[in-house]
Amino acid sequence: MSELTKEEITRYSRHLILPEVGLEGQKKLKDSKVLLIGTGGLGAPLAMYLAAAGIGTIGIVDFDYVDESNLQRQIIHGTRDVGRPKIASARDGIKSINPKVNVIAFETRLSSQNALDIIKDFDVVADGTDNFPTRYLVNDACVFLGKPNVYGSVFRFEGQSSVFHAEKGACYRCLYPEPPPPGLVPSCAEGGIIGVLPGIIGCIQANETIKLLLGKGEPLINRLLLFDSWKMRFRELKLSKDPNCPVCGKNPTITKLIDYEEFCGLKKPEVDEPIEEITALELKERFDNNERLQIIDIREPHELAIGKLPNTKAIPFGQLVRRQSELDPAIDTVVVCKVGTRSKIAIRVLKEAGYQGPLYNLRDGINSWANDVDDTIAKY
Amino acid sequence: MAISILIPTALRQFTDDLSEVNVEAKTVREALDKLTETYVDLQKHLFTDMNALRSFVNIYVGEDDIRQKEGLATTLGDNDTIMLVPSIAGGTTAVVG
Repeated sequence: MSELTKEEITRYSRHLILPEVGLEGQKKLKDSKVLLIGTGGLGAPLAMYLAAAGIGTIGIVDFDYVDESNLQRQIIHGTRDVGRPKIASARDGIKSINPKVNVIAFETRLSSQNALDIIKDFDVVADGTDNFPTRYLVNDACVFLGKPNVYGSVFRFEGQSSVFHAEKGACYRCLYPEPPPPGLVPSCAEGGIIGVLPGIIGCIQANETIKLLLGKGEPLINRLLLFDSWKMRFRELKLSKDPNCPVCGKNPTITKLIDYEEFCGLKKPEVDEPIEEITALELKERFDNNERLQIIDIREPHELAIGKLPNTKAIPFGQLVRRQSELDPAIDTVVVCKVGTRSKIAIRVLKEAGYQGPLYNLRDGINSWANDVDDTIAKY
Repeated sequence: MAISILIPTALRQFTDDLSEVNVEAKTVREALDKLTETYVDLQKHLFTDMNALRSFVNIYVGEDDIRQKEGLATTLGDNDTIMLVPSIAGGTTAVVG
């Protein structure tokens, strides 16, 4: 085991005087290797606290670039980093906190092809990507390699965290065997997120990671922690290993990594009836010709406040079925959202609910209207 | 039995933004039926066309998963709390956004 230098003893003294960590524990941390998938909202505090804690090697996987809209929560990146690869900016952040950390950067998207190779040399994996394909990929790879997987997820004001370690308890598939169909659960880009929330959940992940490395404390194995930042309330639910789990159960049916985009329905061919679309410019022309149209915007009221089309009728997505009688099936209806994804789902929902009138999707949503027709409306 | 159903943020768009809905019910099935009768838009998000629970929503009574009890037939006591716990993912993916 590595010894600590005199400088390190001073640096980590608040750990060293904790009997639960002590010199032995700090040396363990120094010899540890943690892999962070993603350096976004969850990955940022994870990387910063793990660096500060004296983890010897931190691997970071990311392929994204720092965008201005990331800065509200991804605190390892700063204003001057906008446009840089996140991996470069995160490495700088880690090194500025603790130059002793060995940073291994993987500038790539984690995939079924590279995941086992990347993960195999690390002791603990913390997933901060917070999307379904990566989550199932990381889960399965960790099950196959016997690694603990520190999980965190955030949405609006709510977060979840747990530790999935199949040798000791439930894995993510025991909890959720399958992901929701795409589009049903909005992302942060659609649903929004309070910036502090990933900070809190990412810190919980960092705390669990350190406990796992030390082999001390009570990790969140077989427990799902739920956090509501608006009510400021934590709840805890019991998890159980599913004996029929397809990856970690008694008779696993999945024994190697699969195509996770396909599994999550992201590659599903359009078997449904195609949806008719209208572009912003075509819609503008129909307005200019004074054609009778109804514009239904299915976004939430606070999103409409950012900008909307003329003569918009607002029916939030969650009320469409109940309020479909407010639509006139005799005239053309254009359904609008932010980027034209939710509105497609809305059209399918209306058709399934029996709506007979003509429905058109505004291609690329209000953002295309802002781009091509009315530049006084802000894109968001 | 007076039952309180806690609605997570991701599903509140279907319940007029309510975070809690109170119903009278003896079983989990009855409680969820009453919930989806009032909020019809929620129906397809909780149940499949075959009326089975969707696999990305877990139902807890107190702190226990109903899969560890009697599933939707799990009986309820007065003032029990039902929690809907869907899988969430805030990060952007290729198609959503």
